[in-house]
This record gives sequence, C-alpha cells and structure tokens, in this order.
Amino acid sequence: MAMIEIRDVSKWYGAFQVLKDCTTKVEKGEVVVVCGPSGSGKSTLIKTVNGLEAFQKGEILVNGIPVHDPRTNLSKLRAGVGMVFQHFELFPHLTVRQNLALAQVKVLKRAKDEADARGVRYLERVGLAAHADKFPGQLSGGQQQRVAIARALSMDPICMLFDEPTSALDPEMINEVLDVMVELAKEGMTMMVVTHEMGFARKVAHRVIFMDHGQIVEDAAKDDFFGTPRSDRAQQFLAKILHH
Amino acid sequence: MGFDFQVIVDSLPFLWKGFQYTVQLTATAAVGGLFFGTLLAMARLSSFKPLAMLAAGYVNLMRSIPLVLVLFWFFFLMPLVLQGITGAERPPPIGAERTAIITFILFEAAYFCEIMRAGIQSIARGQVHAAYALGLNYWQAMGNVILPQAFRNMVPVLLTQTIILFQDTSLVYVISATDFLGAASKIAQRDSRLVEMYLFVAVVYFVLCYLLSWLVKGLQRRIAVIR
Repeated sequence: MAMIEIRDVSKWYGAFQVLKDCTTKVEKGEVVVVCGPSGSGKSTLIKTVNGLEAFQKGEILVNGIPVHDPRTNLSKLRAGVGMVFQHFELFPHLTVRQNLALAQVKVLKRAKDEADARGVRYLERVGLAAHADKFPGQLSGGQQQRVAIARALSMDPICMLFDEPTSALDPEMINEVLDVMVELAKEGMTMMVVTHEMGFARKVAHRVIFMDHGQIVEDAAKDDFFGTPRSDRAQQFLAKILHH
Repeated sequence: MGFDFQVIVDSLPFLWKGFQYTVQLTATAAVGGLFFGTLLAMARLSSFKPLAMLAAGYVNLMRSIPLVLVLFWFFFLMPLVLQGITGAERPPPIGAERTAIITFILFEAAYFCEIMRAGIQSIARGQVHAAYALGLNYWQAMGNVILPQAFRNMVPVLLTQTIILFQDTSLVYVISATDFLGAASKIAQRDSRLVEMYLFVAVVYFVLCYLLSWLVKGLQRRIAVIR
C-alpha cells in the first residue's frame, strides 16, 4: 500500500479548473519532488493531501485512509501528516517552545513536560535549542523554517508535506533548510516536496513530478527526469530554471 | 447664588456610589459583550450559511436602532412579553439594574462582534492552515491560535469601544438607575444645584475618558513596534 495515493483528482474554483485528473502516488520511504511553473496547481495538489483544500472529483488515500470521505476524522489524519509551509506559519504569539508543544498537548494529549522535552530534542536536531524561549519574530527566516520543520516532526508524522519551503527565504538561508530536509530524506522519511530546488531533487528525490496548467505532465524516476526523454514543457521549464 | 464647591464635596459619598455602579456596569457589559460578540463573530464567519445570516441579522438590527430604544424595550416591553409567556396576572418587572446589564451586554455584543470579526479576518489564512495541519480542530484552532492573535490585534479598538460604552452607560438615567450621572442629577434636582453638579460630572467624564484615550494611543504605538 502506498503512503499517499492520489487518484483522478480534479478541483474547480467556480468555472476554473485548477486540478485536472491528477493521479500519482508516494510509496513509503519515497521522496517525491513536485515542480512546475507558478499557477500550475502544485501547491493546491499538496494541500489536498491532508484535506486543507477540498476537491470535487477523485480520491486520495493517506496510509489507506480516505481524505475525501466525510466520515474520516480529518484532524486525526492531519495530526499524523507533517506539513511545512512557504511562509513558515509559526504562531507569532507563542514562543518557539510553545509552538512545538501546542499540538502535542492538545491533539496527542501528551503531558506538558513530555511534549516540551520532545520539542527541545527536535530543536537540537535542527540546531536551534538555544532559541527555545524566543518568539518566532526574533528569528531569521531560515531559523523559523527549521523550527517549523521541528514542530511538524515533534508530532511523529508518518509522512511529511513541504509546500515551497525555501521560496520565501533569502538565498543565503536556503541551504540551512535544505540540509535539514536532505538529512530527513536520508533517514527514510516519506516526503512530498513542492519546490524549485532542482539541486535538492537531484540529491535525494526518487521521483520528480512536473505539473503545468493543473495537470501532471510528467511523473518520472529522477534519472529519467533529468536525462533526455521528457516532455517539451518540462524541458523548457528546466532550461529556464537550471540556467542560473 | 454663586458657584458653591461645598455642594460637590457634600455629595461626594453619594456620587461615589453612582460612579461605582457606572464602572461596574461598564465592566460587566464589556466582558459580557466581548464574550457574546466573539461568539457572534465566529457565527458570522461560519461556512454554515443560516447561522451566519442569523448572526448578521442580529448585529444589523442592534446597530440600526438607538440604544435608548433597546433600554425601553427591556424595561417596558419585555415584562409584557414575559407576562404573555408565563400568563402572570401583572407584567413581572425586570428592574432598572437588570434591564441595564442585559441591554448593554446585548447591544455591545453587536459592536464587539464587528471588531472581533475584523480581528479574525486580519489573521492570515496560512495560520488557520498551519493550525489545522497540526491536527487541531475548529475550537482548538480558534482558542489557541486565531482568537489570541485577533484579540491582541484589536486591543486598541476594543478599549476605544469600551470608553464609548463608559459614556453610553449614562443613558440608564432614563430608566432611573442611579449611575454617576443619575446620582448627580438627583442631587441637582433636590438642591437646585444644576450648575455645580452637571459641570462636575462633565469634568470627571472628560478627564477620565481623555486620559484613557491617551493611554490607548500609547498602547497602540507599543503594539505597532512589536509587530
């Protein structure tokens, strides 16, 4: 059974179709990179996986549980799926420590001390234990995104979704975040990553999905994707972003 | 008959009682109004349309009629309604103080609702997504992530509304509740000291409200720096 299974998913905003019969899957332990021009629907697609975006047609299974089924306890499903956002989305009124503990206590019903200890352990992992009592606003973008990754990991997720995790970062901060992600991938975490960082894709991805106009145009093993045989659209896209 | 300060000094204990009532009514109405206003705001923003429409209807009704009229409703008409429901022989009086509390909470809830609605809408959608993505449900996301931020963003406006409420409570004078203005008015009539009483009351209201507005402005500046 695949960790994430997306079958014929379509979504409309009014008359405008943002996703067109998208079908793909992410196996357990697999790292899949989703790329494509802006407005191609890749962010929308990844947000349908944990039900943040509804869809009108098709089905999505996460670890066998149907996201589209109204009987599914979405909160419970989401608690097991880590998500990292383009704009970090740390809670600005809470300290880093509280950001990490909140959902552990409220959702997983862990004791405060246990949640705190676990949070600090993940902070150490991303190299930010010294900043536990600061507020998110006092950290740099790269640091905030690493805290966001630690926050997701502290929920012991079965897989991780990354929605353009480095797009809002200054260039010199991109690598500190990618390093954490590479390490995570090497440990065998199942990851679905929307990104333009082709270096990251080359290094750790197993498969690369290319989207355009709401469609999955190419879904290939990494070496095939970066090799020659691929669609014109994907070739043009790669030529543009690999130039610099 | 010149301006007699002694009249004011002599009536201070009675005025103080009225003033305490004014503060008490303001505080109760502000807390109650904020509580129900926040629930109303959540209802207005609900994706369940009938609930949103009901809340919107209530808010628009309250904001479109004069406060005095709402006071009259509860003071004069509500007993008749209660009589109709219970079948009592005579309309059961609600009493001036209870009328005042109920009216001001209901009335302020409409205004606090609009403030909290703006506050909730000022929180970026990504924050809601992040809260849900961590597995929080609607009430947990509201209580731990959205409302604390919305409330913090809106503190200056909420305080300004409370200052207005503090002045508005003087309207309970029309149903003969003895608030600060009511107390002063009673002495003014009894001793024919209208000038002293109404000037003194005006000065107290002015000094307090001006001071509070000034503090809110300072607070606003401090919050602006934090963000």
